[in-house]
Amino acid sequence: MIRSIIAAVACVLFVAASPLKGGYDVGDTVADFKLKNVTGKMVSLTDYASSKGVIVIFDCNTCPYSKAYNDRIIALNKKYASQGFPVVAIQPNDPSISPGDSFEEMVKLAEKKKYDFPYLFDETQNVAKAFGATNTPHVFLLKNDGGKFTVAYIGAIDDNSRDASAVTKKYVEEAIESLMTSKEVPATKTKAVGCTIKWKNA
Amino acid sequence: MKKAFFLLIVLLPGAVYSQSAAEVVKLKQLQDHINRETSNIKVINFWATWCGPCVKEMPLFEKLGAERKDVEVTLVSLDLDLNPKPEVVHRFVERKKLKSKVLILDEKDPNSWINQIEKNWSGAIPATIIINGKTGQRKFVEKELHEGDLEKLIAEIL
Repeated sequence: MIRSIIAAVACVLFVAASPLKGGYDVGDTVADFKLKNVTGKMVSLTDYASSKGVIVIFDCNTCPYSKAYNDRIIALNKKYASQGFPVVAIQPNDPSISPGDSFEEMVKLAEKKKYDFPYLFDETQNVAKAFGATNTPHVFLLKNDGGKFTVAYIGAIDDNSRDASAVTKKYVEEAIESLMTSKEVPATKTKAVGCTIKWKNA
Repeated sequence: MKKAFFLLIVLLPGAVYSQSAAEVVKLKQLQDHINRETSNIKVINFWATWCGPCVKEMPLFEKLGAERKDVEVTLVSLDLDLNPKPEVVHRFVERKKLKSKVLILDEKDPNSWINQIEKNWSGAIPATIIINGKTGQRKFVEKELHEGDLEKLIAEIL
């Protein structure tokens, strides 16, 4: 009897503790990845061993939210790459479901918008799965903890998708500023409306 | 004159209906609607006109609502999060001749309201909540649904 109660409690605890989608939580160490950039070269997380952190953003060409945030993402890199927090954008959508997100289209967008940061194609979707990315754009701010990257923040870029001029909370910027001044990140996880990642049909 | 009067009688209810069909609501009204008392199954789908998979799966909700008297479908548009004009949704509802109840959520700061609707929701759409009105049992899915999925989900909470 007691054993079955313990089992039931353990079961409930397990269910409550396991995140719905898996993936990284704040504080977790991130495994290295290597993906093809729009330039044709491979880019891996270890390439950033000397930076203070990396702003990993799961993003795409087609989602209206990605379009709404495109200039804000470019501005993030302009502002923070030189301060040790460059942007690395990763496109995880399956082009057979979302043709506008093909590698060729990614190259076009990066050229048109003059991306000065990598725009990587997660063709197998394994990186998006490992991170637990759900939508675009979805930010994972990583900090360099003496050679290993840990997750410092997961979520939205800011609190107003519709209007960049009406933003009241710049989540990613606040998190980076906190990391740079060794303060606690005020909000480590946020949510926003977005487009689901177009997963390959299982 | 008689003809004009006849037309007015015939067309007026339709005009009124399509106006009230997609009501702009705040979070509190949406929550009250989700939590309303009913002995039926409540199906609440979150969508937007720009969302391809949402538009694709929409006929499944329309069909379900039309076929089953024990199911009440609500389609909650999140269009205003990106575009302040509800007319876009009104036009869509008219063009697609949607029969389901449509609400348009008008809220700021999604980080605060997404969790108040559903803790397991990332905020990505399409997303759907299914509630057994009698028992309060609840299912949440955050993905595009296909033929038969809704019936299966409903059967799981009956």
